[in-house]
Amino acid sequence: MNHPKLQRIGNSETFLLNLGPQHPATHGVLRLKLTMDGEYILRAEPVMGYIHRMHEKMGENRTYAQFLPNTSRMDYLAAMHYTHAFVLLVEKALKIEVPERAEYIRIITSELNRISSHLVWFGAYVLDLGGFTPLLYAFDDREKILDLLEAITGSRLTYCYYRFGGVANDVDEDFLQGTREFVKMFYGRLKLYKRLVTDNIILRKRLEGIGPISAEMCRKYGATGAVLRGSGVAYDLRKVEPYSLYPQFQFDVPVSNLTDCKGRYLVRMLEMEQSLRIIEQAVQKIPAGPILPAKLPRTIKLPPGDYLSAVEAARGRHAVRVISDGKEIPYRVKLRSPCFSNLSLYQEASQGLMLPDALALLGSLDLVIPDIDR
Amino acid sequence: MKILEDLMTRLAQLRDSQAEPATEAGTPPENAAWPSETQWKTCDFSVKGYHFDIFVPPRLVREAARMLDEKEFSLDAVTGVDWIAEKQFEVIYDFFHFLSLVRVAVRTRIPRDRPEIPSLAGIYPGADWHERETHDFFGIRFVDHPNLIPILLPEDATYHPLRKDFSYRPELNHEADLVRPELRPSPCAASEGTSAEASAIS
Repeated sequence: MNHPKLQRIGNSETFLLNLGPQHPATHGVLRLKLTMDGEYILRAEPVMGYIHRMHEKMGENRTYAQFLPNTSRMDYLAAMHYTHAFVLLVEKALKIEVPERAEYIRIITSELNRISSHLVWFGAYVLDLGGFTPLLYAFDDREKILDLLEAITGSRLTYCYYRFGGVANDVDEDFLQGTREFVKMFYGRLKLYKRLVTDNIILRKRLEGIGPISAEMCRKYGATGAVLRGSGVAYDLRKVEPYSLYPQFQFDVPVSNLTDCKGRYLVRMLEMEQSLRIIEQAVQKIPAGPILPAKLPRTIKLPPGDYLSAVEAARGRHAVRVISDGKEIPYRVKLRSPCFSNLSLYQEASQGLMLPDALALLGSLDLVIPDIDR
Repeated sequence: MKILEDLMTRLAQLRDSQAEPATEAGTPPENAAWPSETQWKTCDFSVKGYHFDIFVPPRLVREAARMLDEKEFSLDAVTGVDWIAEKQFEVIYDFFHFLSLVRVAVRTRIPRDRPEIPSLAGIYPGADWHERETHDFFGIRFVDHPNLIPILLPEDATYHPLRKDFSYRPELNHEADLVRPELRPSPCAASEGTSAEASAIS
């Protein structure tokens, strides 16, 4: 009870408010038990498990290839990244070479998925704060991305497109031309969002100074992604622990020293622009060639031991750890969820906030509850 | 990598300063493969995904975590593994460094019939939730954990799904196969006196 804002709350009665599992602002089935004093929150306890499907147990009775669809179901908004982590793990362990064209396709689709995930975050976040209009604008742009990705993968949301060693289908000129047009259009849209939403005085009043999270708190809780970059630490796995062909592309990592909700908001908006830069370069340089290596092992069996691989998902650092005992079925699959670590700091960060500010903080963490619950 | 070299030096000091004391019961651990000393090795990052692999006995887990905390590492995940053939649980703590690319995995083994390990919640608050999840899935008790209740399973769950002998028939899953656990040597008895009291009370 030594939070500065709580000093002026006297010994009045507290009550328990249940921000129940069904709530439009919790972005999934998350229950928050709020101990409130008037409109101030004394304690916010997240209760999870409403969409726990036990993917880690499913990893123990499926082969590696059979587990691929599971990886998309965890964070369905940024499914490409999660499949990428798993596929990367097997490729690193078995030293499978991925053809260059497949790497370019992976990067283009990953960054398109990152933009579509951030668009959902953007629309839903501003909706939580009371702005109903940007949601449909964001979803309109997202439809264009989904159309592009549906043409090559067959799915709109839970893609299972990457295979061990490459990708499942090749992309054609229609897709590349559509991507070029989208990039051109979206630069203009980002300017529109800046004028309409980011510089809007109402949004600025709702976000500035709300919910500061220090870099030390992020480190103690293991928070990554935009939460960490919004607190001043330039930690992006694409730069720090580069995978795939990211070292060949030029892009910046947006970092904000603001540490409040506005900082995290700005980081994600700027990330969308950087993703566009990567897509532009990739579409320009994509080579012709095969999309799967010529020779793949017939059955995927990892040598005994444990392996770790991590990617920069849209929400943070997603890591997969597979412990293998030499058989076709992994012995243990551990999925490290970025939202799990990001949410764990909510209890400490939301002390003393008013209820609307606490919801602003929750939205700025960009949570997808099925990712937390797995 | 200077950070790794510093870490290795301090781990050598840790190993030399804390020799394994005799267990209270005087009997050797059931499984001869139960490790009692700290070992480490460096790994090929491009294959394994982490640089440094440290093996500690359970009572030194907190000390290793404290060292990593001072070196500004962050806790990535806590993984539990059920080695049912060896009758042990393995707990792996993954750490990553914020600013430079160093990944460290700290692993430890505890006996399957008395799965207790000191909790890291005092050093890394983020370990709180990770340990609750590992407790849900395996039944590993984290000593001195502030709030060891189910996080992903229902609040009244008494089963632990990721154990290898978990059955789809609910009547076959029960924790009652721990017969007189207080007579068995606890893996974290040597660290602090409170852990011995806590396990005696339970």
